[in-house]
Amino acid sequence: MSKVIVVTSGKGGVGKTTSSAAIATGLASKGLKTAVIDFDVGLRNLDLIMGVERRVVYDFVNVINGEATLKQAMIKDKRVDNLFILPASQTRDKDALTEDGVESVINELKADGFDYIVCDSPAGIEKGAFMALYFADEAIVVTNPEVSSVRDSDRILGILQSRSKVAEEGGSVKEHLLVTRYSPERVEGGDMLSVEDIVEILSIPLLGVIPESGSVLQASNSGSPVILDEASTAGMAYSDAIDRFLGEDVPHRFMNVEKKGFFKKLFG
Amino acid sequence: MGLFDLFRQDRKKNTAKAAKERLQILIAHEHAGGSRGNTGPDYLPKLREEIIAVIRKYVEVDDDAVNVQIEKGDDLDMLELNITLPDAAK
Repeated sequence: MSKVIVVTSGKGGVGKTTSSAAIATGLASKGLKTAVIDFDVGLRNLDLIMGVERRVVYDFVNVINGEATLKQAMIKDKRVDNLFILPASQTRDKDALTEDGVESVINELKADGFDYIVCDSPAGIEKGAFMALYFADEAIVVTNPEVSSVRDSDRILGILQSRSKVAEEGGSVKEHLLVTRYSPERVEGGDMLSVEDIVEILSIPLLGVIPESGSVLQASNSGSPVILDEASTAGMAYSDAIDRFLGEDVPHRFMNVEKKGFFKKLFG
Repeated sequence: MGLFDLFRQDRKKNTAKAAKERLQILIAHEHAGGSRGNTGPDYLPKLREEIIAVIRKYVEVDDDAVNVQIEKGDDLDMLELNITLPDAAK
């Protein structure tokens, strides 16, 4: 059975695309056939984060308009088997995404035997974000430990549970919280919301905590999803999140301050 | 934390606590206003505004002094009104 997952947040710049790329790559690495779709029409970036920007020929809107087939538009990843990227259009606006059009693409992917369809939502609560979440079975809500991000996540959770297709049919979208850019040092110092605080406020299950890490920027610089950087804390945290998503019981890591040596303590 | 940070450790302590409290109040408020999906019927915000207007005929209250919520029960729904009067009005 295929599952549609939306990666969303409301607020921009919190790590939706980075997380979509990592999650899709992580699922595909487990041997699950995965498609990741960029819904940010006009401002596509998933192609860049996935390092396939020079291989884009056709896009999501071309497929919806019947100007290309889905097979022509999907880019097969060269690093990981079972992983396909469907880029957004750079030249159209978000009205190009119609409900029927998006549904037909998702249905074709389902019929094609995809296990997971990951929808990378644009920021905001306009058409693009709405289309990305409308067909979702599960939602991964990306949140930074910061007031505006938490508030926007709460708002998007409300929209998910009232305006998605599953909600309209009387069901509920399965929610997962993914906290990104987490800095245990700042939490300990009392100037960053803790994971416990965020979970308490949003009251949805915690999927993972991604620590603030230089490797995230390095990964996007080189167009390689950070989950492939197996030595980095962010990469490991994403891998753990994938295991949890697939039902494994994995303890959380990187949530506490690492013990520093005497000299590091003294000179920062 | 470096050596020199020790001397700067004043004021702005535990802003995270303030963040959490502000968020909890704000989100409770927004839920009551029905912005988190189907937590209440569409008329709630308007109802709340009108109740504030009526109360203000008699007592001056803050904008956030009135909290309107719908509690869903099995047999019946309950409309819960919570009005905080200012100290002077007691």
